[in-house]
Amino acid sequence: MTKLEILINGLVKENPTFVLLLGMCPTLGTTSSAINGMSMGLATMAVLICSNFVISALRNLIPDKVHIPCYIVVIAAFVTVVQLVLQAYAPAIYETLGLFIPLIVVNCIVLGRAESFAAKNTPGDSAMDGIGIGLGFTIALTLIGAVREILGTGMIFGVKLYPEEFGALTFVLAPGAFITLGFLVAVFNKVLKK
Amino acid sequence: MAKLENNLKNFFLSMFLITAIVGAVLGGVYVLTEEPIAQAAAAKQEAAIKAVAPKFDSVGEAVVKTTENGEPAKIFPVMLAGEEVGKAVQVTTKKGFGGKVEVMFGFDMNNTITGYNVLMLNETPGLGSKMPDWFQLGGKSPVIGKNPGVDNLTVTKDGGSVDAITAATISSRAFCDAIAQAYGLIK
Repeated sequence: MTKLEILINGLVKENPTFVLLLGMCPTLGTTSSAINGMSMGLATMAVLICSNFVISALRNLIPDKVHIPCYIVVIAAFVTVVQLVLQAYAPAIYETLGLFIPLIVVNCIVLGRAESFAAKNTPGDSAMDGIGIGLGFTIALTLIGAVREILGTGMIFGVKLYPEEFGALTFVLAPGAFITLGFLVAVFNKVLKK
Repeated sequence: MAKLENNLKNFFLSMFLITAIVGAVLGGVYVLTEEPIAQAAAAKQEAAIKAVAPKFDSVGEAVVKTTENGEPAKIFPVMLAGEEVGKAVQVTTKKGFGGKVEVMFGFDMNNTITGYNVLMLNETPGLGSKMPDWFQLGGKSPVIGKNPGVDNLTVTKDGGSVDAITAATISSRAFCDAIAQAYGLIK
């Protein structure tokens, strides 16, 4: 696969949210608005790119039988770095995402890509895979967040489209997350199959 | 390079090296971000005091106290030309729908509320998340200018004079609880 194919693969064919259906917990939990979904996607992407690159570079130095603990240590390290950096330079985002930042450690997309891609490919390709999957995740989360924000509060990225009173609050609450995700998965796969 | 064999020596070596390097990196990042994190927290606190307290030119030493509900609270006396003109009180309540709610209240010398600023909030978006605006002047049910010692600042459902946020009575109760906690410390 060329670098571009790897990127497209992560964005479309193996889109983590709409096709692989991985990482559902942050997907449903953080997408109450477009900006929240996007920040979560970007934070995960940063971790994914770094962890994929480092794990791929270390893949021959890690004996098979201890690969899971080693991968998790690397991933947890990058998550902690992202957390500290956000806390220092973007406290507002850090506060909205809250508990979901440390939870990136156990996000199955990150470990999943380490196992299925970074452990078998070169560091360059793995970083590219991180970008592709990360972008796919970010776009998916932003989309879900945008739909929920528009239908629920009449706003998009905090800009008013119509009076809030006409919004259906369900979409901001948990059921709306499931409904939105279900419809978007259906639409995405319908378009993809053509 | 061939993959390292599965034997105890290699397990030990690879895991030791990875954890040692990761430990060092994390230590470095912590040292680098420690100061900006403290600065961000201090800047936020100062902005919050400025937003709620009566006009002032300096903030006195913070007094740390425990409120009736057992949560730590901070009282910042604010001065104008060396004379105390009011207080900013930072309180926490766990009665919110999403758990902890942290609010900074400003009081003048008569214990009238001069402002409030919600510092931490995990309430439902679209419902309880309206707390930062709902009780402001120009909001739906302002508490600014009211005195917890004179007015009954609980939600109307509980017999008070504060209109609860639509469909978010629990969040509104938490807010009223925060007022009560803050007033409890300064009365």
